[in-house]
Amino acid sequence: MTPLPEPSTTAAPPRPASRPGFVRREWLPIILFVLLALLPFAAMLGPEKYTLSLVTRVMIFALAAISLDLILGYGALVSFGHAAFLGIGGYAVGILAAHGFQDAALQVPVALLASGLFALLTGAISLRTKGVYFIMITLAFGQMAFFFAISLSAYGGDDGLTLASRSKLFGLSWLENDRFFYALVLALLIGCYALTRAIVASRFGRVIRGAKENPVRMEAVGFSPFRYQLAVYVISGMICGLAGVLLANQAEFVAPAYMAWQRSGELIVMVILGGLGSLHGAIIGAAAFLLLEEILSGYTEHWKLIFGPFLVLVVLFARGGLLGILAKVRGKSGGGR
Amino acid sequence: MAGTPAKAEDFAKAAKPALALVDLNKAYGALKVTDQVSLEFAPGELHAIIGPNGAGKTTLIHQISGLAGSDSGHILLDGQDITGLPMAARVRKGLARSFQITSIIPGFTGLENVALAVQARLGSSFRLFGAVSREERLNAPARAILETVGLLGRADLPAGLLSHGEKRQLELAIAMATEPRVLLLDEPLAGTGPEESAAVIALLRKLKGRYTIVLIEHDMDAVFALADRVSVLVYGRIIASGTPDAVRHDPAVREAYLGEEGL
Ligand SMILES: Nc1ncnc2c1ncn2[C@@H]1O[C@H](COP(=O)(O)OP(=O)(O)OP(=O)(O)O)[C@@H](O)[C@H]1O
Ligand SMILES: [Mg+2]
Repeated sequence: MTPLPEPSTTAAPPRPASRPGFVRREWLPIILFVLLALLPFAAMLGPEKYTLSLVTRVMIFALAAISLDLILGYGALVSFGHAAFLGIGGYAVGILAAHGFQDAALQVPVALLASGLFALLTGAISLRTKGVYFIMITLAFGQMAFFFAISLSAYGGDDGLTLASRSKLFGLSWLENDRFFYALVLALLIGCYALTRAIVASRFGRVIRGAKENPVRMEAVGFSPFRYQLAVYVISGMICGLAGVLLANQAEFVAPAYMAWQRSGELIVMVILGGLGSLHGAIIGAAAFLLLEEILSGYTEHWKLIFGPFLVLVVLFARGGLLGILAKVRGKSGGGR
Repeated sequence: MAGTPAKAEDFAKAAKPALALVDLNKAYGALKVTDQVSLEFAPGELHAIIGPNGAGKTTLIHQISGLAGSDSGHILLDGQDITGLPMAARVRKGLARSFQITSIIPGFTGLENVALAVQARLGSSFRLFGAVSREERLNAPARAILETVGLLGRADLPAGLLSHGEKRQLELAIAMATEPRVLLLDEPLAGTGPEESAAVIALLRKLKGRYTIVLIEHDMDAVFALADRVSVLVYGRIIASGTPDAVRHDPAVREAYLGEEGL
């Protein structure tokens, strides 16, 4: 009843800066990226096209999941409409290509601008609400984008839009080469990971993290969290828009389904599955999600019946997601904690 | 602080109050929680506001700090009307507060909690690069303040792990780091044990004179030991205001409030 501020219950339990164990937590992202860099060589021994395409897809969704983790894991902003940015990035590619503008040098800036603008407009409204209302309103904006895409009859409407080819890179057709495309996606993933890593550790990032734990305290030291949250929402939307550009190129196809609310839900699941608020957890979560989907759906079309309970178990028994399980295992075998 | 009045009588007639409340009102539905409150706080004075539970003390602090709005009336900081400003803007003008229920950032270390407040004051918080935890421009002043409140040894511990008393001290450190001219303290001793409260009282004594302090406190020993002036709030109304002695012997106060405390 009283307006007395209470620290939000979502506050993460304090944890020491570094953990003992035979693998330090900081090494994990490096190991991940090295594995991803080596994978194409291993892929040559098997079904290369299939492997590269699958892992490229994983990395693209990892990029989207990282962008969501930036606001969800560090800002407690549960955006349930994040897939809209995938769609905006994808449609920027598709629509421009349909008009003969096939170069990424134009498509990418347009995609970033469009996703940034969409984030700015929807964020300016959604961020005035909190908690469940924020979830609902971002969902509503996501659905608006979804239905808008369906209404684009000139660009395939419901059926979506098939690209004639992947984007050109300054006039060159390098993206058609699966190995090159893989390398490009990996480079962008690493770049965006480094960027978001820097952001969360910066002055700006501290404001975002503080506002997540105790917004009233932030105001009581002189911050108006809204502006910072809006800015991080825009950054997140732009990174996710970039993932949309890549996704359209990978599939050579864009459709309203990119923006379906189920897709937004899957992004949230990836982030939570991997472990909230660590950035590389989002990569692990995206990989686990898509690989499990790939494997399980090979056995049965009702794969979600198995996947659902698995998710519930992870959320119930590993509060830090897969990353949390990993830390526990390491803690035991490493003799620390 | 040279030039600040030293006696309660001087505070009362200080020409330009650091903070002034003019006919402040607030109601929650039919309940009048702040009723025509007018008070002046002289620069450098420690002014205690006491009153029984539910008198409206916290609400008054919320109104002054901007966490809650006012139905009518004005709040003047150094003569400037701040009634319409949001809380963050008031803080930037030099009005800091602490909360009755401790409000810190539990996942941040003590140092980070204070450095955050230094950062808020220095600006440039849209800087996306550079590790903030290593910025001496923020950490050095933060450490100096932690030393003042006696928490330097616990600076690198997550604030959520500090004892209750230490959290109260940390909250004062955070408020100080905003470099306020006026400090609003809502029961800084609430929930502290005898030893902890002695530490906080010693700290308040250190801060006295450095800032204009509005202190809400139930601990009467602390109030009468620290305050230059005391105002008594009952049912949202100021029923008495003056030196601790005058207030202690005010018949209306004794009847309404102090009698039961046996003072
Ligand atoms: N947000 C609110 N909505 C409705 N009534 C409220 C609200 N906040 C406070 N009140 C009521 O206003 C009155 C004053 O509350 P307030 O917290 O300001 O008192 P207080 O003097 O600080 O009390 P205490 O000494 O217990 O801290 C109480 O009756 C309380 O129930
Ligand atoms: Mg109170």
